[in-house]
Amino acid sequence: MKQADRHIDSSTTVIEARGLTKKFGDFIATNAITLDVYRGEIFGFLGANGAGKTTAMRMLCGLSVPTSGTATIAGFDVYRQREEIKKNIGYMSQKFSLYDDLTVLENIQFFGGIYGLTNEQIKNKGKDLVTRLGLANEANRLVATLPLGWKQKLAFSVAILHDPQIVFLDEPTGGVDPVTRRQFWELIYSAADSGVTVFVTTHYMDEAEYCNRISIMVDGSIEALDEPSRLKHQFNASSMEEVFYVLARGARRSE
Amino acid sequence: MIELKELTKTYGKEKKVAVDRVSFSVETGELFGLIGPDGAGKTSIFRMLTTLLLPDGGSATVDRNDIVKDYRAIRNSVGYMPGKFSLYQDLTVSENLNFFATVFGTTIDENYELIKDIYVQIEKFSDRRAGKLSGGMKQKLALCCALIHKPKVLFLDEPTTGVDPVSRREFWDMLARLKQQSITILVSTPYMDEANRCDRIALIQEGQILAIDTPGKLTSSYGDALLAVKTKNMYALLKALPSYPSTINSYAFGEYAHVAVRDNRPEALQQWLTGEGFEGTEVIAANVTVEDVFIKLLGKNKTHRAEK
Amino acid sequence: MKRFVTFLRKEFAHVLRDRKTLLILFGMPVVQILIFGFALTNEVSNARIAVVDQSNDNTTRRLIGRLDASRYFEVAQTISDPQQMVKPFRSGDAKLVIVFPAQFEQQLAHDNSVEVQVIADASDPNVATTLTNYVNAVLLDFQQELSPTAAPISIRTEMRMLYNPQLKGVHNFVPGVMALVLMLVCVMMTAVSIVREKETGTMEILLVSPFQPMMVMVSKAIPYLLLSIINVTFILLLSVFVLGLPINGSITLLMAESILFIITCLTVGIFISVKTSSQQVAMLISLMGMMLPTILFSGFMFPIENMPVPLQLISNIVPAKWYYIIVKSVMIKGLGFSDIWKETLILAGITIFMMALSLKNFKIRLA
Repeated sequence: MKQADRHIDSSTTVIEARGLTKKFGDFIATNAITLDVYRGEIFGFLGANGAGKTTAMRMLCGLSVPTSGTATIAGFDVYRQREEIKKNIGYMSQKFSLYDDLTVLENIQFFGGIYGLTNEQIKNKGKDLVTRLGLANEANRLVATLPLGWKQKLAFSVAILHDPQIVFLDEPTGGVDPVTRRQFWELIYSAADSGVTVFVTTHYMDEAEYCNRISIMVDGSIEALDEPSRLKHQFNASSMEEVFYVLARGARRSE
Repeated sequence: MIELKELTKTYGKEKKVAVDRVSFSVETGELFGLIGPDGAGKTSIFRMLTTLLLPDGGSATVDRNDIVKDYRAIRNSVGYMPGKFSLYQDLTVSENLNFFATVFGTTIDENYELIKDIYVQIEKFSDRRAGKLSGGMKQKLALCCALIHKPKVLFLDEPTTGVDPVSRREFWDMLARLKQQSITILVSTPYMDEANRCDRIALIQEGQILAIDTPGKLTSSYGDALLAVKTKNMYALLKALPSYPSTINSYAFGEYAHVAVRDNRPEALQQWLTGEGFEGTEVIAANVTVEDVFIKLLGKNKTHRAEK
Repeated sequence: MKRFVTFLRKEFAHVLRDRKTLLILFGMPVVQILIFGFALTNEVSNARIAVVDQSNDNTTRRLIGRLDASRYFEVAQTISDPQQMVKPFRSGDAKLVIVFPAQFEQQLAHDNSVEVQVIADASDPNVATTLTNYVNAVLLDFQQELSPTAAPISIRTEMRMLYNPQLKGVHNFVPGVMALVLMLVCVMMTAVSIVREKETGTMEILLVSPFQPMMVMVSKAIPYLLLSIINVTFILLLSVFVLGLPINGSITLLMAESILFIITCLTVGIFISVKTSSQQVAMLISLMGMMLPTILFSGFMFPIENMPVPLQLISNIVPAKWYYIIVKSVMIKGLGFSDIWKETLILAGITIFMMALSLKNFKIRLA
C-alpha cells in the first residue's frame, strides 16, 4: 500500500496578496503584506495581539476594504468582488461561531441556508456531519449545553458545510485540553486532505508546527514566512516558541 | 502554607461537580503550578482559597487560616490576581497602584523594593490610563497591585492567558525572582510549557487532580517508551500509527508525532513505516514533556471514569 | 428569498426562547392598561374640603349637607374660627375651604343674593380649577332647588386661589420635574456604578482585601450627591429667573430637604446595584422600575386621592411623592418645617431602611 506524500499543489494559488495595507487615520495596522497561499495548504498566520493579524484577516475575508495594495481570494478581487469572496469561504472565530440558544441541527440548518445550500443538501450534509462527529444523540440539544471541545469541532464542521475553497480560522483552539485540541487538528488535517485550504491564526506555538507554512507578523508587517522546520533552522531555534521570541522581542506594539 | 483537603464545589441544581475532592498542599516559598485546560476547575479552586466562594465539601487553610471561618484574616493578607487582570480602566497606572496600596493600609514607598523590578518596566507609562495599556503591560501592573502590600501568599489565576509570548516569558522570570523573596505563589495556567518553571505542579482536568509532583519527576516517571516520528505526510502518518502493533498511544505533537510504544526500538518503527509506503521518515527518541504526561493521564482518567 | 426565511426562523427561535423578554413584552401592556384604565384619572371625587359656617342656619346646613353628599366632596372639617381657615391648607388636609358669611339665610331672603367665599389651594392649579367648578355646579343646583319658580336667587362665589393666584401650571410642574430628575439621575447613576465593578471584575479584588462594604457604597454615592446638589441649584435658578416661579418659603429648608431626597434616591440606587449583576439590568430597573412609579404615583400628574386604595398605598412608598409634597409646601405655599416634619421623617425612614437593606444584602462572596 503506497501512501501518497501530501503534495501541495503550489501551482494553484488560492490567496494572493501584494502590498496589502490597512490604515486607520495615521495608524498603519497592516503594513504592505505580501503572501501566497496554495490550494490544500494549512497556512498558519501568527503574531502577537495587536500585531495586525485580525485586521489582515478581515481584509482577506472580504470583511474590510484595504487602504492600498491588491489581493485575490479564491480568484476574486478583494476590492470589487467582496460578496463573491464571502460566498466561497468559511469562517470560524473563537469569539463567535454558533448560536447557543439553537440546537445542533438548527444551527446546521441556519448556516446551510445562509450558504445557499438546498434543503436536500442540508439534510444530507447535516446527517453526515453529525454522525462523523459522534453527535447523533445530541443533535437536538441546545449548543449551549455542549462542552467547549464539541462546540469547537461542530463550529468548524459548520464552517466548511458548503465545501468552500478556503476556511479562515481565528484562534479556534483557545483553552481546551491537549487531547481535544489534537482532535480538532485532526479535523483540520482531514479538511486539508480533501482540498480545502486552511488559513488559521493561533498563538499556540506548537500548533504552528502542524502547518505546512507559517508567517509571523510583528508590528503590522510580515517578518518571516516559511516552513516551520526551515524557520527553526534559520533562527537557530529548537522550537517555534523560540523563533517567535526572537522576532517579537523587539516589537514596539506590546508597549 | 496552603492546604486543601477533599475540597469540593458543585454548581447549579444538577449539582454539576466543578471541583471533585481535591487535596494538595503548597509549602512556604514554593512556586506551585495548577495546570489544566478551561473548565478544569482552576478558577473555582482559586476563588475558594481566596474566600470568594464557599466550598460544598472538604476544607482548606491558607497560612493556617480556615477559608470559611477565618476569611477576614485571609482577605487581609493575600495577594490576588484574578483572570483578565481586573484593574480600573479609567485610572492611570500610578493611580491604580496608589489605590490598592491604600486599601491595604500601606503606601507605594513602603514596599517599593518588592515591586521595583516589575514596576520599572511600566514606569514610563505611569500616567497612562490602565485601559490603554497592552496585554503585557496590564499583566505587569496587575501583578504590582497584587504585591504592593507584601503578601505572604500570591494567588495568580491564569495570569498569562491572552498575553504575547515575550511578555509571558518575562512574567515567569519575574515570578522566579519573587520566589527568592520567600513569597508562596500559587499559579494556574493552561499552558503546559509553563509547567516546567514551577517547583511542583498539579495536573487537573474536570475537577480532578491527575497527578502532583515536580515537573522533572513527572516526566521521568512517564513509564512507557516515547518515540518521535516525522514524515512528509503527517496526516497519513497519524492515521496509520494506531495500527503499528507496538503502539500504546499516538498523537500529533508539532513537527513530530509522538508514539508511546511497548517495544522501544526506533528502527523497528522505521522499518514498519517504510513498509507502509512512507518516505523520508525519521524516528528518534522523544523528550517526554508535561504535555505527554497529561495526555497519558487523560486517557487513563477517561477509562477510570468509564469503569465507575 | 430562501435566505430571508432562514433568517426569519432563526430570529423566531431567539425570541421565543428568551423567557424574560417575553414576560416584559406581554406582561407590560396588561399592567399598563389596567393601571391607566382603572387607576388614573384626572377627575376628582371625594375631595376633602373644609367649611367655615359663620351663619349656622338651616340653609347653610342644608347646603353643607348637599356638598357633603355629592360625590365630589367630603366635608372633612368644620371650622368655627375664621382665623383658623388657613390651617387645613397648611396641613394639606383640605384642598378647598368654603366660607359662609354670617346671617346667610337672612341675606338671601332679604336681597335674593348672597356671597360665599371659596378659597382653593392653587398649588395644584388643575385640581383647584376642577374643584371650584364643582362647587359652582353644586351651588347652581341648590339655587334651582331653592326657588324653582319664584324670583331667581343667586349665590355668588368669590374665588380666591391661594398660593398661586394666576393658576400658573409651572407651580405644579416644576416640583414634579425636580422630583423626577433627581430621582432618575441619582438612582440610575449609583445603580450602574457598583454593578460596573462587579462586571469588570475589580469587585473580586476589592473583596479579597481589608475593604468594608459600607465604605464602597458611601464613596460611590458622594460624587453623585455633590453633582445632584449642583443640579438642584441649577433647576431652582432656572425656575425662578426663567420661568418666574416664586420661592415663598425658606431656601435653606428647601435645599436641606432636597439633599435629604437626593440621599434617599442614592440609597435606592445602591440597593438596586447590590441586587443586580449586570449594568444593563441595573439601568433597566432604574429607568423603568423607578421612572414609571414616580410619574404615576408622585401626585404631580394624577391626584393620588382619586386612585383605588391599593394604589394609594403603593404611592406611600414612592419617595418622590413625599418630596413633591415637601417642595410644594415650602416653595409654593411658603410653609415651614413644622408643617412638613412628618414627610421629612418618612423620607429619612425610607433612607435608613434602604441603607440597612443594602448592607444586609451586600454579598461578601461571589456566590
